Amino acid sequence: MSMLEVKNIYKSYGTLEVLKGISFTMEKHETKVIIGTSGTGKSTLLKCINQLDPPDKGKVWLEGQEITNPKIDINKIRQKIGFVFQDFNLFNHLTALKNVSIGLEKVKKIEKEQAQDRAIKELQRVGLKKQAHQYPAQLSGGQKQRVGIARALAMDPSIILFDEPTSALDPELIGDVLDVMKSLAGEVAMLVVTHEMGFARNVADEIIFMEGGVIVENGPPKQMFQNPKIERTKQFLGKISTLYGKE
Amino acid sequence: MAIDIVLDSFPQLMKGLAVTIGLTLTSVFFASILAIIMAIGRSYSRQPIPFLILIYEKIFRGIPLLVLFILIYFGLAQAGIIIDVFIAAVIGLALHSTAYQIQIFRSAINSIPEGQFTAARSVGMSNFKAMRHIIIPQMLRLSIPGWSNEFTIVLKDTSITIAIGVIDLMRQGRYIIVREPESALYILLFIALIYFILVFSINRGLSYLEKRYIISGLEVNNTR
Repeated sequence: MSMLEVKNIYKSYGTLEVLKGISFTMEKHETKVIIGTSGTGKSTLLKCINQLDPPDKGKVWLEGQEITNPKIDINKIRQKIGFVFQDFNLFNHLTALKNVSIGLEKVKKIEKEQAQDRAIKELQRVGLKKQAHQYPAQLSGGQKQRVGIARALAMDPSIILFDEPTSALDPELIGDVLDVMKSLAGEVAMLVVTHEMGFARNVADEIIFMEGGVIVENGPPKQMFQNPKIERTKQFLGKISTLYGKE
Repeated sequence: MAIDIVLDSFPQLMKGLAVTIGLTLTSVFFASILAIIMAIGRSYSRQPIPFLILIYEKIFRGIPLLVLFILIYFGLAQAGIIIDVFIAAVIGLALHSTAYQIQIFRSAINSIPEGQFTAARSVGMSNFKAMRHIIIPQMLRLSIPGWSNEFTIVLKDTSITIAIGVIDLMRQGRYIIVREPESALYILLFIALIYFILVFSINRGLSYLEKRYIISGLEVNNTR
């Protein structure tokens, strides 16, 4: 049994069919990267997985539990699924420390002191211990995103979903965030939507190429970059490599 | 001599002032609670609730306060329901102020990015917890300037309760004037001064509160 199983997901907005039958599985501690052009439903897929935007059809299992079942306590499930947003979405009225500890305090009901100890540890892990008492507006984009990652990590998730975590960042700030993500590989499962081909090539266990609401091709990075089976994959990777650089 | 009249009437005016302050605090208290609930209802609940709240707003913003007071006090009396003037005044002020405060809280809610709620849900908070820990604290901070303005408006509006016979600052002033008509100007000026000092210090106090709870990046442009 896989840790995460996504089976035949369909999602439409009005008459626009965004996802047309997506299926894949993920194992414990695995890192998978989803690539593809904008508007092919990559972000929608992530939101269908943690049920922020439940799919119209299809099922998702996490650790053997069907989480698409409307009867399930989704708030409990979401504690196990971290989410890192493109535009960070840090809680504006809380310090970095509080941003990380609030989930522990209010959702997991851990005592304040213990929760803050844990939060400090997570901030240290992403290299932001010094910024613990700053508010989001006082942090740079890269720092905000690392707080976002610490917030997800603190909940001890089985998997973290990353929705283009670096696309809102200035180029010189991307590296810090990617380094943190690299350091997590193998410790927690990660499903990453990104255009960072260097990250995909070096960190991912598997690359999933999506287009038009379906998975066109998936495989280990080496195979995907060196000899993809499908012509369209080759085209896309060729184009994106010239845009973003090979590494 | 003018100072004597003012000094002599001072205790009586202070008695009226206590009623004015009591009236203001009680009305603002109830109005704020109602308005917060309705503002959240307007932004986060399903039809027909937002529509009904909108109707409420339109009605109570459309009726002059004086008419509302008379309607509540004398109208209800005619229907056989007799209530204390103070209570009638609180009901009128609160219903009226709620209609205005809904807008204050609602525009604060609207200025909170949608991602805040989504992020709260994604760490496993229920709708209720997300409101309680993420949305409402931000809403309250953002509302302070508009709310403190409304607070002083209610304070000033309490003087209209003279029409139904609440013995507030204004009415005590009238008693003195009736007794000593030649002192009218001094007494009225003194009453005006008291209102002014009250409004001024409330604004001062609340802008301190605003600075105290300021969060970098969450400042509100103070247009007052």
